Amino acid sequence: MAIEKEKLIDMYRVMVRIRTFEDRVFKEFAAGNIPGFVHLYAGEEAIAAGACANLRPDDYITSTHRGHGHLIAKGGKTDRMMAELYGKKTGYNRGKGGSMHIAEVDIGILGADAIVAAGIPIAGGAALSAQMRGTDQVTLCFFGDGATNTTRFHEGVNLASIWKLPIVYVIENNVYAETTPVSYAMNIPNIADRAVAYGIPGKTVDGNDVLAVHEVVGEALARARKGEGPTLVECKTCRYYGHYEGDTQTYRTKQEFEECRKRDPIPRFRKKLIKMGVLTEKDADKINQEMLEELDKAVKFAEESPFPEPRETLEDVYT
Amino acid sequence: MKEITYQKAINEAIDEEMKRDPSIFIIGEDIGKHWGGSLGELAGLFDKYGAERVRETPISETAILGGAIGAAATGMRPIAYLYFDDFLGVCGDELINQLQMKYMYGGKTKLPLTITAYIGAGLSAAHQHSKCLFGWLMNISGLKIVAPATAYDAKGLLKSAIREDNPVIFLEHKVLLLSRSTSQIPNEEYTIPLGKADIKRGGSEVTVVAIALMVHRALAAADKLQEKGISIEVIDPRTLVPLDKQAIIDSVKKTGRLVIMDEEPKTGSAAGEIAAIVAEEAFDFLDAPIKRVCAPDTPIPFSPVLEKFWMPDEEDLIKAINEIM
Repeated sequence: MAIEKEKLIDMYRVMVRIRTFEDRVFKEFAAGNIPGFVHLYAGEEAIAAGACANLRPDDYITSTHRGHGHLIAKGGKTDRMMAELYGKKTGYNRGKGGSMHIAEVDIGILGADAIVAAGIPIAGGAALSAQMRGTDQVTLCFFGDGATNTTRFHEGVNLASIWKLPIVYVIENNVYAETTPVSYAMNIPNIADRAVAYGIPGKTVDGNDVLAVHEVVGEALARARKGEGPTLVECKTCRYYGHYEGDTQTYRTKQEFEECRKRDPIPRFRKKLIKMGVLTEKDADKINQEMLEELDKAVKFAEESPFPEPRETLEDVYT
Repeated sequence: MKEITYQKAINEAIDEEMKRDPSIFIIGEDIGKHWGGSLGELAGLFDKYGAERVRETPISETAILGGAIGAAATGMRPIAYLYFDDFLGVCGDELINQLQMKYMYGGKTKLPLTITAYIGAGLSAAHQHSKCLFGWLMNISGLKIVAPATAYDAKGLLKSAIREDNPVIFLEHKVLLLSRSTSQIPNEEYTIPLGKADIKRGGSEVTVVAIALMVHRALAAADKLQEKGISIEVIDPRTLVPLDKQAIIDSVKKTGRLVIMDEEPKTGSAAGEIAAIVAEEAFDFLDAPIKRVCAPDTPIPFSPVLEKFWMPDEEDLIKAINEIM
């Protein structure tokens, strides 16, 4: 199925926006401007961009501790995200969540989540809600390889399968759960094979090929929207940075790290778009430049925004 | 007025609320047509509202509570039927890390959901089916806690819990659920606000704060002490979060003595929290040390003889009161 030119360019722009955001977070975190923990999505952009390009604004996503990419791809604004990372009042969560909890329910972002696999049952609940309310909204549930070894993966996917919930599980297999390689943590080569246990389709796709992700997730979403139930999509990718910023990554070999960087999805897509005649070198450079400027503005917005009042600590526990 | 059991009160509260608001549904294990809840308190609801709204799940506590959270955040009003509060550990992450969504998201979302769970010893159900996790739950921020002692309170409070736009855990004592004794309730609809204690018996010399089943044991002890000329005021907080501190403090101001009766290990208990509040805010009104009548700091034993020893009873309460008179 041919994808419109504008949509292709949008996907590229989203990927560059995510990378530029993450590179900037890397820099500002190192400079001590961002408190707490950050987990960078760089290297995995094709998954969020490709998958979310299929969504409507009223569809839902659940995200993870490595969530910046998902949020940007679902329409999160980089200035308000950056402000949240800085702990400012203008952040999406008014400084109460930080990197690992960014959410904007009004645009379908049900939240990043710092607990591995926690989004799986929550996504199921959102999908159940859509089903019970009689809408055709779908939920895209992102999580990593590590989540698939937990209780909640089994409980959540099993329940979604028996109720045919409108949900697509996107597994970002980035080779490591923190320091533990997938090859150690499970006895199967493809996580998508776990779908067999639930009687649902499972697909493995090159997670660094944005068009492949877009197509496979798109088919799964169409199936979900028609009421045919959930799908497991495994996207094989790798991490550009460590588990979190500060990770010495001693568990990674130099060779694996270098191969990962060679698989970078952004130059790969850029080349493809230029070859397809969708972008010129100049157009692509312009997008990169625009994103750099957008992030300059986002950082400026974050820096200049006020911190919350200390007493706001006591607000928002209950309605 | 009409006579109603604790179990029927719960059934009526859910039934009336489900009839009123189509966004309410129950999600949990064994709630359908066969059992209608493990102790039968949901009997008839499946036939009335169907599998769609009385939504039976596999044994999947994390999917039940996580699913309820996701549904509540997106426009539904679920009742997550968690069976025994002892099972809350299975979905402990949902409880301690996910229910706080509103706060973490800077106030932007709401989670109108009710968790129901059985509590309490007295059935020789042993350690994994007998706990009252009051203190443990009170330490979790963002969760309201209801633990009714009578059918009247159960119905009025459960209706309020379901209408809350915040997560509420509604704790049903198994001994009360299985009891055939009844209380009078109005024929017409009523609700009881969360955070309002009830003086179950007025008195002037000792304030006894008792929770859930312990309310009945405190009332029985108060009868016995009355014969000896000691006047006991029994306060049932009914909700532990929010806690009606003022009602407790006002009573202590009058009596000058406080005993808390709480069916859980003493360390880290709701009783400890109530004692601390009174020590902090009403110390000058106390004429004697605060006493806590709780269970020992052990798991809960099975054998009826051991379980009886473990559970606080009237004799334990009378002994504690005698020590401070």
